[in-house]
Amino acid sequence: MGTASGRRSRWGLRTLGLGYLALLLLMPLVMIFYKTFEDGISPPLEAITSPDGLHALQLSLLMVAIAVPLNTVFGVGCALLLVRHKWRGNSVIDAVINLPFAISPVVIGLSLFLLYGAKGWLGPTLSEAGIEILFSVPGMVIASVFVSLPFVVRETVPVLQEIGTEQEQAASTLGANAWQTFRRVTLPAIRWGVAYGVVLTTARVLGEFGAVSIVSGSRSGETETLPLFVQKQFDNFNTAGAYGASVLLAVLALTTLLAMNVLKRKEDA
Amino acid sequence: MRNARKVTRRRGVKGAPVAALFALLIAVLVAGCGSSSDDSSSSSSGGGKLDVVGYSTPESVYQEDLEPAFEKTSAGTDVSFSNSFGASGDQSRAVVAGQPASVVHFSQAGDMERLVEEGELVAKDWEKQPYGGIATDSVVVLVVRKGNPEGIESFDDLQSKDVGIVTPNPFSSGSARWNIMAVYGTAINEGKSPAQALEAVKTVLEKTKAQPGSARDALAAFTQGEGDVLLSYENEAIKAEKEGEDVEYIVPPSTILIETPIAVTKDASEPAAEDFLKYLWSDAGQEIWAKNGYRPVNPKLVDPKQFPTPKDLFKISQFGGWGKVNDEFFDDETGSVAKIETELGVSTSG
Amino acid sequence: MSAHPASATSAPAPPRAGIRLPGVGAGLGRGTVVLYLSLVVLLPLAALTAQAFQDGLSTFWQQVTSPQAVRSLELTVIASLIVVVINAIFGTIIAWILVRDEFPGKAAVNAVIDLPFALPTIVASLTLLALYGHESPIGIDIGLTRTAVVVALLFVTLPFVVRAVQPLLIEMDREMEEAAASLGASGFTVFRRIIFPNLLPGLAAGVALAFARALGEFGSVLIFAGGLPDTQVSSVFIRSQIESGNDTGAAAVSVVLLVASLLLLAVVSLIQRWGSRHERSTGGLTVMPMSGEDFTKTGDDDGDR
Repeated sequence: MGTASGRRSRWGLRTLGLGYLALLLLMPLVMIFYKTFEDGISPPLEAITSPDGLHALQLSLLMVAIAVPLNTVFGVGCALLLVRHKWRGNSVIDAVINLPFAISPVVIGLSLFLLYGAKGWLGPTLSEAGIEILFSVPGMVIASVFVSLPFVVRETVPVLQEIGTEQEQAASTLGANAWQTFRRVTLPAIRWGVAYGVVLTTARVLGEFGAVSIVSGSRSGETETLPLFVQKQFDNFNTAGAYGASVLLAVLALTTLLAMNVLKRKEDA
Repeated sequence: MRNARKVTRRRGVKGAPVAALFALLIAVLVAGCGSSSDDSSSSSSGGGKLDVVGYSTPESVYQEDLEPAFEKTSAGTDVSFSNSFGASGDQSRAVVAGQPASVVHFSQAGDMERLVEEGELVAKDWEKQPYGGIATDSVVVLVVRKGNPEGIESFDDLQSKDVGIVTPNPFSSGSARWNIMAVYGTAINEGKSPAQALEAVKTVLEKTKAQPGSARDALAAFTQGEGDVLLSYENEAIKAEKEGEDVEYIVPPSTILIETPIAVTKDASEPAAEDFLKYLWSDAGQEIWAKNGYRPVNPKLVDPKQFPTPKDLFKISQFGGWGKVNDEFFDDETGSVAKIETELGVSTSG
Repeated sequence: MSAHPASATSAPAPPRAGIRLPGVGAGLGRGTVVLYLSLVVLLPLAALTAQAFQDGLSTFWQQVTSPQAVRSLELTVIASLIVVVINAIFGTIIAWILVRDEFPGKAAVNAVIDLPFALPTIVASLTLLALYGHESPIGIDIGLTRTAVVVALLFVTLPFVVRAVQPLLIEMDREMEEAAASLGASGFTVFRRIIFPNLLPGLAAGVALAFARALGEFGSVLIFAGGLPDTQVSSVFIRSQIESGNDTGAAAVSVVLLVASLLLLAVVSLIQRWGSRHERSTGGLTVMPMSGEDFTKTGDDDGDR
């Protein structure tokens, strides 16, 4: 398509598309870095390394360290179940797994708040057993698990479908039991899909704001993750702190993007 | 295409990027957990853990000044703090709903009474504490754009001039209730009848462009360009000026004294909580409040240059105290202000 | 392109198809999955629904039709509709240039599309405010307005459409386009009558998911658009009701949003069933437009890479 109008329309589309991306995605991204280091590196650095800032970072990483393995194990197991075992209820399971994609984080936070609150179905019983869910770490973990539930399943299912069962069957006829087959045949084959799902899960957990905010009460020094820290700093006119934490989160996001891209290529290789 | 080729892959690099990411996370976590567990082990021997729950504006004062200063005193060594600040009404409800709290500091007594009545979390006689259980004072002021282009000098000007007003929602924010009582009280003290004074409140609410949830949110909205005048605490205005915002404030000739109550909760078993309150009422603590724009409750420490005294400074006791006022004006169904807000279509749930 | 698990094998295979847990194991696994899902997802949502109707149907209705609830729902729905239309257009354009065009830095652009998926929403809100708020370096101040709601939603929903359309563009058979072009059809006609109908399933699915996301969006709208009565979206409204202690009202509006989400997911699922005359047959399981495929390679690439 080398016609003049073809060339013109190509440039037209390019300008529209790239211009839109620049205005919407690129400039805000650049802006975070610019605003943070506007007054030098020490204001944001001080804010991040303050006790509350460090605690927020640790708490965010703790959420990842708990929620991601949980959802990975669940995700792989569930994918195996959905793809390898036909069952009438599979589409229901599938539908439920998709829910976290479509539900507002505030609705998620509220539902957890109601379930585990002082007047909820599970709240009083757990309280009496000495387990506090709301306003503390366990509730935040549950919220993180809820919002990031689907990713590993969703990424593993298509891969499992594509690799087919020949290799697994071959292993089985050679006498391997289910676990051996899984470990030596299936898992290596699906690992990039799983890894991709893990990266998406991690990004989602790190970035989670609405649900955790409601469930945790945003108590700085106790239940304030990095995104909540950003909001708190902003509310208190500590723009240096807000931007410092934002830059940190942005860097983590960009690392995630990088990992996603590397893994996409590996999956296709 | 894709199929069978994928299955036979080299073993070595299995999941390497993922593993690396996890290793990094674990490393940071362990480093962090190491230090924080040191904290908790030392605090269990001596001081304690205080959960401060407060209304929106004093957050930075606690976090940046009061708590570090207290930690330097002998009573405060080995004490660690967790902080939660927000709109006074919301915070009060959160504590009743189970949010952990050792020290509670609200912007009006009704929010403290809720803890007495609904959760039995605070002693009934909290007002017998020093200074009537009040941590700091302030006054309701008028915050305007720099240069005061609309020439606003008093609450009466709000009635007569065509201005956009910003004040928080009285059903979530304690600050907003002070604002409304300031308008009401000014009218009463000018000789108007209660019905006329309520009309004055209605006029103000009609001109109110935005009713954010808390005093701090209202200030943020104002500094970002909403409205012509903000009704707020004197301490918020002082903070905004200090932060270099393009605003100034006027202490009206007639306004209300804002008294913000503080107490230790019954759950707070550590002596550290009582010690912290004692510190807040000590000269050292009161001076920190003054430095941050809050009027000390100790009259000796109030500098008239920084904190001018209005000609007519009235208190909530003139109207029967917050118990009576909350029922009469702010009950979400029968309160007179609730009725006005409903007429104007504003949310009153809370 | 894909291998169907059981049906693909024609050889006389042993009775089991692929990795199979022994009978008890499968049941146990299924039980665990169901338990996990119930505990994490279903139970909380049940508690939410119970709270919404706790004081009866009339209270539910009263809460949902209160002035501010209605105002925020209107704003949310209208803003979301505007946003999905805009992003349907621009998303398709961007997918197009990523698949059919070549320019320097294309791989980087392709990577950046996923930024809204990776960046925390509160950070997005902060930077949009810095860029387009009252301290804007380029003089555009839309902070605390309804336009801000639209811009924030545009940001978070862009990847949905792009990633939904890309795979379809890649898979498309170019022959028909080329035939039409050689018969004299203009570029636009080719697009309208040949390309667009093929994109429709993916586009519709992407739009439905984007719409669901937009309806519930919270963090990115919070700081940038604020919670003023005029600019308050439903999620912010729900949050303020929680803080005010009005759990029933918050739950009631939440149930409305929840029902909308469920409907949209059902729509996506139907679309994928309809569109599954395409090769992408998934055995009844939905495919989300984020699967880890490299979508910058151009359409007709069957060769090795």
